Amino acid sequence: MPTLTISDLNVSYGRIAALHGVSIEVREGEMVGLVGPNGAGKSTLVNCIAGVVPATSGAVAFGERSLIGVRPERIVDWGVSVVPEGRQIFTRLTVLENLVLGATTRRDRAQVDEDLERVFARFPVLKAAGSKLAGKLSGGEQQQLAIARALMARPKLLMLDEPSLGLAPLVIDEMFAWLSELHEAGTTILLIEQNATRTIEVADRTYVLNKGKVAREIEDSEAAADTNLLETYLGVASERPS
Amino acid sequence: MTHVITYGIDALSQGGLDGLAALGIALIFGVMRLINFAQTAFITLGGYMILLLGSSSWPVVVAITVIVIALLAVATERVAFRPIREANMATLLVTSFAVSSFLQNVLIMIAGAQTQGVAFGASLLRSFSIGGAQVNKLAVVTIGVSLGLLGLVAAFLRNTRTGVELRAATENFRMARMLGVRANRVIAVAFAISGGLAAAVSFLVTAQSGSLTPTSGLQPAIVGFVATVIGGMGSLVGAVAGGFALGVATVIFQVALPSGAAPYNQAFVFAIVFLLLVVRPQGLMGAGLIEERA
Repeated sequence: MPTLTISDLNVSYGRIAALHGVSIEVREGEMVGLVGPNGAGKSTLVNCIAGVVPATSGAVAFGERSLIGVRPERIVDWGVSVVPEGRQIFTRLTVLENLVLGATTRRDRAQVDEDLERVFARFPVLKAAGSKLAGKLSGGEQQQLAIARALMARPKLLMLDEPSLGLAPLVIDEMFAWLSELHEAGTTILLIEQNATRTIEVADRTYVLNKGKVAREIEDSEAAADTNLLETYLGVASERPS
Repeated sequence: MTHVITYGIDALSQGGLDGLAALGIALIFGVMRLINFAQTAFITLGGYMILLLGSSSWPVVVAITVIVIALLAVATERVAFRPIREANMATLLVTSFAVSSFLQNVLIMIAGAQTQGVAFGASLLRSFSIGGAQVNKLAVVTIGVSLGLLGLVAAFLRNTRTGVELRAATENFRMARMLGVRANRVIAVAFAISGGLAAAVSFLVTAQSGSLTPTSGLQPAIVGFVATVIGGMGSLVGAVAGGFALGVATVIFQVALPSGAAPYNQAFVFAIVFLLLVVRPQGLMGAGLIEERA
């Protein structure tokens, strides 16, 4: 399975630089966290990897393949799936249609049906709501749908952009539990979060992004006890339950 | 009572026609936030295709015209709209104006600007009687064609993979791409369907009027734009409902207004349109999609 390698990545919106010289790596089977305050460039990084925001300079590679200038529909075909910020499920399509769209790039029909059953087993609420419009689901259910939809592509790398945002505390607990399960099942995960404490707990390694730069890399959760660090880079963000 | 049947069928027929015109425009708006003024030229050119194929039997005329206009729509997208897909709505709109004027002027160069008579579907211009009510044959055919095509497009959008991808792209283009929906293909399909619908509108309009001018497509296309706005930009069902409502309102005003005012029924219809938009700017089924497509 390929490794995601980002080196010296710069992204600007017009004259405003969103990322300067970001270098990170996500190796096979790892769950890597990426935390940082609002406006640190976290979503820009995800969108750039997914191919919907162009890089100004630098390199993004998944295994041997460069993702720079590649269309988003091809990047997902190569095994990189996104659970985007704000979930972005198709509210006017049914739950089932949303899930089937997740498998757009796949041609192994029979296995897609098996995966659908697997997803329903993991998220039973989606099975019950299959023919309902996705817009009628609650926030927590929509988040499950967004994750399930991304899984339908059988991603080699799953990127989640602030999946805990807007969820009730109990649902956040559940969500982190699903992510740990997925990770144990072998999925490589890049988890972007404002909820730094939880992320550092579940991730193998965590990068701290601040003002468009990697401010620090935390190798294990012991470092999380370093409250000084959290205050320095994350400030209020880590306190906020979001 | 017999008048009710006659006018009722006229209203349904005009409503169906305007619904078709609206769907062609709403499909393109939905998937690329483009207000495609070139639809005007597609409808006009459909009429001239009928003229060109004059002596052929009607199924041949219909088949060739649908194919030619659908291909023209796809080619237009490829040449004019794809390169500027990421541009803002104003640029897209101006391009569609330019494309429309270009096609219209090429047409005038070839066919001239004068009005030309076309005997298409002339046998449908007779009336027949249902329970004492005089019913226009063409109106019944128009209802049938409109319902048939609306049903066909609905079935396509609902039951096929490409249809579901098109609906997803309409709601959130960028997310659809991130799931692997191929942007170019989905947009080309939308243009092909839109072109096919434009051809259908030309058949019905040309049969009704029996004549053609280089601006024949303007009126149905404008009704389509207005219907899309009333329906709530980005909602296909809303656009069709908006078109249907416009068509029905047109006939109601025609019938209900005193004879001196009846020819100006469109003025009354559009007065209601702007009053409606003052009260409900997001349209009847407002999807609130007039934001930049990412």
